[in-house]
Amino acid sequence: MRFPLAFAAAQLCAGIAVAQEIPPSERRSGTNFMSAETQAIQADDGSNPGMLWVLQGGSLWDEPAGASRRSCASCHGEAATSMRGVAARYPAFDAASGASIDLAGKIDQCRMTRQHATSLPRESEELLGLTAYVGHQSRGMPIAPPDDARLDAARAEGKRLFQTRMGQLDLSCSSCHDANWRGRLGGSAVTQAHPTGYPIYRLEWQTIGSLQRRMRGCMVGVRAEPFAYGSAEFVALELYLAERAAGLAIETPAVRP
Amino acid sequence: MSVAKHKFRVGRRGLILVGGAGLLVLALPPARALTRPSLQEAVNGFTGGTPVETGKVKLDVPPLVENGNAVGVTVTVESPMTAGDHVRRIALFNEKNPQADVAVFTLGSRAGRARIATRIRLATSQTLIAVAELSDGSYWSSSANVIVTLAACIEDLS
Amino acid sequence: MSRTLVSVPKTARAGEVIDIRAMIAHPMETGYRMGPNGQAIPRKIIRHFACDYDGEEVFSAEFHPAMSANPFVAFSTVATKTGTLTFRWTDDDGKVETASAEIAVS
Repeated sequence: MRFPLAFAAAQLCAGIAVAQEIPPSERRSGTNFMSAETQAIQADDGSNPGMLWVLQGGSLWDEPAGASRRSCASCHGEAATSMRGVAARYPAFDAASGASIDLAGKIDQCRMTRQHATSLPRESEELLGLTAYVGHQSRGMPIAPPDDARLDAARAEGKRLFQTRMGQLDLSCSSCHDANWRGRLGGSAVTQAHPTGYPIYRLEWQTIGSLQRRMRGCMVGVRAEPFAYGSAEFVALELYLAERAAGLAIETPAVRP
Repeated sequence: MSVAKHKFRVGRRGLILVGGAGLLVLALPPARALTRPSLQEAVNGFTGGTPVETGKVKLDVPPLVENGNAVGVTVTVESPMTAGDHVRRIALFNEKNPQADVAVFTLGSRAGRARIATRIRLATSQTLIAVAELSDGSYWSSSANVIVTLAACIEDLS
Repeated sequence: MSRTLVSVPKTARAGEVIDIRAMIAHPMETGYRMGPNGQAIPRKIIRHFACDYDGEEVFSAEFHPAMSANPFVAFSTVATKTGTLTFRWTDDDGKVETASAEIAVS
């Protein structure tokens, strides 16, 4: 390792006082921080392991499920048309619950209320596959958070959480990803933490996983108690992250170290 | 071995020796760590002891990798790949994983080109070797050193 | 559900060397890891991979736990005639998963 961890942590702490949002002109996807080899895995669909889940999601899209015996396709038709741009707009406001909802939550809600099927657990192969498939339909499109005043409160809460120090290391998301994104922590690039390619295939996980799994990993990293999957806190963070990354292209399924 | 030998002694001293040997065995690492062959032994197992020449094989692997769980490896062998002169097999071995073997690829003349690519796991920074078996029974190899950097934050399993 | 991803050119000229890539969703569990409860996770890997071209084996591989999860292999073969390439992955328990692709050779 180039830097002792304590030194890196000290640098991060020093950055807290000056943590500022990254200007739009400097926003860069995590892809830009990866080695050429990892970029190559992502760039080629024949070698990107995330495509295995996209394929599975595509099969599930056409498969009848639940008491309705309807598939996603029964209502939405060709995902290439109907789902194009959808992931770019999520999280969105959900009128049924009166709260904001993320893409995986929306897919599962649709499954339960329209297909009358059982709920798919967060991080299950099926839900990750469907989310990857829907997300993949927006690949190349810019992240475009909806201009919806009903999301304002949750988005503001997400920003507050992003800037709140937590855990035994007493770091906020912002301490690293706003103030020190150019730095390295051990051998790893810190990066700007933009949600451009979720679900992502992470080499460390050796599988695909959601943005919430990634955030839980970071929370464990700073020795904080992670929020629960599907919690309002995580959806709020996702809302703020989408706003923070507005304009960056969707890469689903991205590959990350 | 020493346990069996001492068992034939009847004196109290012999019994103490037996006990001591037993403790020693318990203190050693698990059997599978002991049974890992060296890189050279692994290569010998593949070639059957035939001497391995250096050359003809090109092993492409990044000198420094971000994550040891998926290290891209490409092996290219100089060969016309004809019925009479081709690469039969390409084997990959590592120096420091719990097991020396990585994979053995069987090509034959119908491959047309003597090149394979794959992704492998490296537990730590170490040497990697590619050995090609040609249709004339000769063996050729190339090795490379890879530095594996460690992730700063490791996720819990729960 | 079997999840495999193979890429084979749809068309080729006779005698042309074609590039093939094959990947399968599989954890390639090494047997050396521990689960959250401290218990060893049993080994389960794809042990053997083979590619047949019109019934004749043109490439095969033997995998060990040092192969990455969701194992990926790229190799080549000479396009001889219009036909089917079939891919077979066999795991530790002898379970076989397959995929296939058609190629038109002119």
